[in-house]
Amino acid sequence: MKTPFFKAVIAIVRKDMQAELRSRELLSSMGMFALLSILIFSFALQLDIVARQEVVGGVLWVTVVFASILGLNRSMATEREGSSFDALLLAPVDRAAVFFGKLGGNFIFTLTVGVLLLPLMSLLYNIVLLNGYLLATLTLGTLGFSITGTLLATMTVQTRARESLLPILMLPIALPVLLASVNASSGILRAAPLGDWFAWLQILGAVDVIYLALCYLLFGYVIEE
Amino acid sequence: MAAQNIQSVPTAVEPSRASRLPRALVALTIATALALAVGLYMALVYAGMESTQGNVQRIFYIHMPSFFGAFLAFSATVVGGGMYLRTRQTKWDVLALAGVEVGLMLSLVNLATGSIWARPIWNTWWTWDPRLTSAAIMGLTYMAYLMLRAGIENPEQRRRFASVYGILAISTVIMTLIIIRIRPDTIHPAPIGGSPQDAQGDFNLTPSMVTALLTNLPIWGLLVPITLMWWRIRLENLRERVDSLKIRLMEK
Amino acid sequence: MKPLIEARALTKAYGFTFALRKLDLTVLRGEWVALLGANGSGKSTLLRLLTGLSRPTAGTLTIGGWEIPREAEAMRAQLGVVSHKPLLYETLTARENLRFFARMYHLPKDSAEERITALLSRVGLSRRGNDLVRTYSRGMQQRLSIARALLHNPDILLLDEPHTGLDRDGAALLDTILQEAHADKRTILMATHELERAAALATRIVILSRGTLVYDAPAAGFDGERLAAQYAAVSNELKAASNE
Repeated sequence: MKTPFFKAVIAIVRKDMQAELRSRELLSSMGMFALLSILIFSFALQLDIVARQEVVGGVLWVTVVFASILGLNRSMATEREGSSFDALLLAPVDRAAVFFGKLGGNFIFTLTVGVLLLPLMSLLYNIVLLNGYLLATLTLGTLGFSITGTLLATMTVQTRARESLLPILMLPIALPVLLASVNASSGILRAAPLGDWFAWLQILGAVDVIYLALCYLLFGYVIEE
Repeated sequence: MAAQNIQSVPTAVEPSRASRLPRALVALTIATALALAVGLYMALVYAGMESTQGNVQRIFYIHMPSFFGAFLAFSATVVGGGMYLRTRQTKWDVLALAGVEVGLMLSLVNLATGSIWARPIWNTWWTWDPRLTSAAIMGLTYMAYLMLRAGIENPEQRRRFASVYGILAISTVIMTLIIIRIRPDTIHPAPIGGSPQDAQGDFNLTPSMVTALLTNLPIWGLLVPITLMWWRIRLENLRERVDSLKIRLMEK
Repeated sequence: MKPLIEARALTKAYGFTFALRKLDLTVLRGEWVALLGANGSGKSTLLRLLTGLSRPTAGTLTIGGWEIPREAEAMRAQLGVVSHKPLLYETLTARENLRFFARMYHLPKDSAEERITALLSRVGLSRRGNDLVRTYSRGMQQRLSIARALLHNPDILLLDEPHTGLDRDGAALLDTILQEAHADKRTILMATHELERAAALATRIVILSRGTLVYDAPAAGFDGERLAAQYAAVSNELKAASNE
């Protein structure tokens, strides 16, 4: 007797949403950080319009990646606190369902923050960021961070250094995602022809698929004892 | 009653084998040392002088092969990690760890030689070129691997997590390899195949240069990493043996 | 009768320290085993290995013929676990916690609601069912943990010091719940420090010391005092042995 895969995934995502809707711990800290980050960047980089177009993609992605690290740490720490992580693993569900469940929650929270950033940055940097392609890039990029981050955060919450270790482990691994995302969004913001940057979006999609397969296969090994 | 069982519980290392110095390792070490001398001769004397860059171009015969050595070592980490997760035999994790340390050392050779070459050619020791940045991040990834290991006390968990991270980390190596093909704005030359249009310090290989490169490639790309990894594995095995002997002494 | 739980030469090492050494143990269906022993004797390690969350260093372990942890998935729905940690989410209410676990164990929705209400009242939490677990005292969390372990009606209960944190009423309530489960032919393994309780409730007494089984006998005829004497005798023997 085993719980169907998707039921388990949905149960975990739903549980995380429910807890978040009540406490707003994750979204408020991620949102606050993201807000501060883009404000500081806009002060630090007093730029003319051309330079701004070049740099705004980078600002967006650096903010998103650090906000996602913040959220991942928090999300996995809640699983660890009452040691409820054990409780997830004791249930008759596939290990992969636990991975996809946690991934789902992390992805939704980070994407929410990223999407909220777009109108705000449009305002502050005076560039229109509400664009279908940019939204697609944001979705794929956030997915890539969430995939690698969910696996690595599950590991780091079990180590001595905990929170501080996650960015060190995750940033290099997420580099291909970051590179493709920044390049695609810079192209989109420069209003360059589709052919110039569309390959980056394809690379981003391919990297996501590779990481998803890899992390799905490896997840079982980071939760056993 | 409690203490008597300890002897029969399998420990990581068989006592007799690890302490003897294998003859093959001695032979390999000597061969590597000789080959290194030959390789240096080929690079410094045999290969013709490059017409525009002069003698500094000779660094290339070590620069590029050492990257391939690092690549081999990091690939050993992937194999070691995967096999460890499958079989749970410590020896595979030792291989993975040796791969990381030797790979890091060879990446350092690669970065240092590149820097020395760039000083006269690009007029700077370091530049934030995509490939250089990617290579630096590759090094940092494997340092993160070592930090991860240091952060876990339980040895079984340490091996397991390190294996997982060692497998993921290869993505930065692959990225460094292919980045000059996908980022057109790099100034790093690609001597094999076409260079990017912005490449600075590109050169064409004459037959004697190709011979020098082909001699050094297997030396730095195969012999050096394999010899070093072998020594590193031996060291780790000896260390584990010391640990297990200590435990036995304490249990008695 | 075929044994339900079978451990053969079960060994668990953390690095170079051994938590269990070549432990042999068989448990029949319906038995109530009290695991006794000092801190660090391997009780918790044994229970954790039985949950399948921890993998033995050597030896074999089967539950109902399934090899643990390789085939643990087949067994998980039959295990109810109370561990040192509450295994609950603090930012959810008691009811939401149980609802989540009901989904994870794939209980039918309607009967799950009924069962949750019944269990909450059984462990004396009906009035606080909609409060966040964060606001609960240690004892209340423990009561909820017990409800969580019983939620899916498991055949096997693995309890690691389940009485910790409970007040007198709570402890008595837990005893009754466990007696009912026992009468219902469920198998119980319970690690505890309370000799009196173990003697009064369990059908079998197992004493562990430094990761090995040092005493194993039916509990019939034991009262707290006799068990305490037996326990002292075993530990003295051990001390004498290790001084040799």
